[in-house]
Amino acid sequence: MSLNIGQLRKDFPILARKVNGKRLVYFDNAATTQKPVQVIERIKHYYTEENSNVHRGVHHLSQLATDKYEHARQFVASYIHAGSAKEIIFTRGTTESVNVVASLFQHLIGAGDEVLITAMEHHSNLVPWQQLCRQQQAVLKVVPINEKGELDMTALKNMITSKTRMFALAHVSNVLGTINPVGEAVKLARKKNIPVLVDGAQAVAHLPVDVTGLDCDFYAFSAHKAYGPMGIGVLYGKEEWLKKLPPYQFGGEMVDQVSFSETTFNNLPYKFEAGTPNVSGVLGMEAALKYIEEKGIGNVRDHEDELLDFATRKLSKTEGIKIIGEAREKTAVLSFVVNGVHPYDLGTLLDQMGVAVRTGYHCAQPVVESFGLTGTVRASFGIYNTLEEVDVFVDALKKSIALLK
Amino acid sequence: MTIQEKQQAVIEEFSIFEDWLDKYAYLIELGKELPLIDEKYKTNQFLISGCQSRVWMHAELKDGKMIITADSDAVITKGIVSLLTRVFSGFSPDEILEADFVFLNTIGLKDHLSPTRANGLQSMMKQIKLYAKVFQLKSNKKSE
Repeated sequence: MSLNIGQLRKDFPILARKVNGKRLVYFDNAATTQKPVQVIERIKHYYTEENSNVHRGVHHLSQLATDKYEHARQFVASYIHAGSAKEIIFTRGTTESVNVVASLFQHLIGAGDEVLITAMEHHSNLVPWQQLCRQQQAVLKVVPINEKGELDMTALKNMITSKTRMFALAHVSNVLGTINPVGEAVKLARKKNIPVLVDGAQAVAHLPVDVTGLDCDFYAFSAHKAYGPMGIGVLYGKEEWLKKLPPYQFGGEMVDQVSFSETTFNNLPYKFEAGTPNVSGVLGMEAALKYIEEKGIGNVRDHEDELLDFATRKLSKTEGIKIIGEAREKTAVLSFVVNGVHPYDLGTLLDQMGVAVRTGYHCAQPVVESFGLTGTVRASFGIYNTLEEVDVFVDALKKSIALLK
Repeated sequence: MTIQEKQQAVIEEFSIFEDWLDKYAYLIELGKELPLIDEKYKTNQFLISGCQSRVWMHAELKDGKMIITADSDAVITKGIVSLLTRVFSGFSPDEILEADFVFLNTIGLKDHLSPTRANGLQSMMKQIKLYAKVFQLKSNKKSE
């Protein structure tokens, strides 16, 4: 079954609006995706019919909200093939998820220990580890990538040593679109008993995610990059890790018994969820993941591959364009530069023609600079984008280049 | 001409273009016509933060007037930079500090510039005023 994109686009009200008098072509999905009515209505329904604080009250609404909230947790667990709902911690998003793990690992990393990341990491999966290493006098090691933007697996093999305490890598690069061989990387780390954290921010909306299959220890993602609301995301952690690690914020549902001299803490996953949670966000995220599930992630992948191939072919034929990131395994992200033209000028003119792209470092300055650049233009695709939109984009791009050259 | 009159002149210049494309084409032409700044000032010291493209700005006081030179690696920004220097360069620090900055709104470009670029604009304007403030303080000190 293939997707009926024309029909599906009607689920996204914002796509009908105009920008600068032109029909919106939204190619900034790697920054955030638009939201379908199913998600918008779910949040509205929660506040209209179900709003109450969870895990607290004996009254009807509180129990209803708690049921829905915990049901959503189970859904998320099954969506990413976690062992149990206990392994799903709700956070504000990928960045917070990575920061939580980095701060929990403080006690497990000492002077001279090593943390491995890759050369293509987003700042959110780089800076927390860099700062942790600085604080603990540990060493941050960076696994290199080749000129196509693929992870150097041979280097990785050699870089995993008895000193390594953590390996953190992106599932998909937000600049290059590279899909990393996470399963293989985990196997290498597993041989030396090294925990692996996967930044799944750019993966969840585009690829099937199976944390049990990948065998990773932690997996982080945000709802808003997968058609869900902003400000909510997930930290998956293997139960054995989450049991072992201490809580990092205190108060609210995370406690069990409290006296002035002592507190005992609640079980998983509540141990890591201090304070009133973002219930509407969680329900919105559930609706978003259900939306993807209903469309079929395989169909989404096929559709986005078609868009990526088509756009790549068209850009390759355009003079002066260099595509940044040519990995064999790639998804939904197309970064490029135009000879002699500043990405920002292109982004500004494309915007005038209704085409939304991102320009600059994309919060991943080191990888952009490793290609000798101070920025790229990035077109990133989502479920609702069409081949016609790629045509509009490429025409607008050619027009912009002509104006700027 | 006063700063106000110079701003008015820019507004009139842009009023002949109805289409955004023509406005940008003109801005790009203005941008291409520069190098406005001495190469020796294109260093991090003169870089203005807050712009996605890089903008360098230098100012000096000659006979009581501020001479502003600037450059950018993005050509649209360069066009804006050239308008700014045209309007503000050659006036005394007092005049610059008193001036209202209106013309980019009126020529219908500010709305068309993305927020990050608009922020960059703010940073450029702030930098011009900062230079003026410094020169004003210095000359007040001398006259004391």
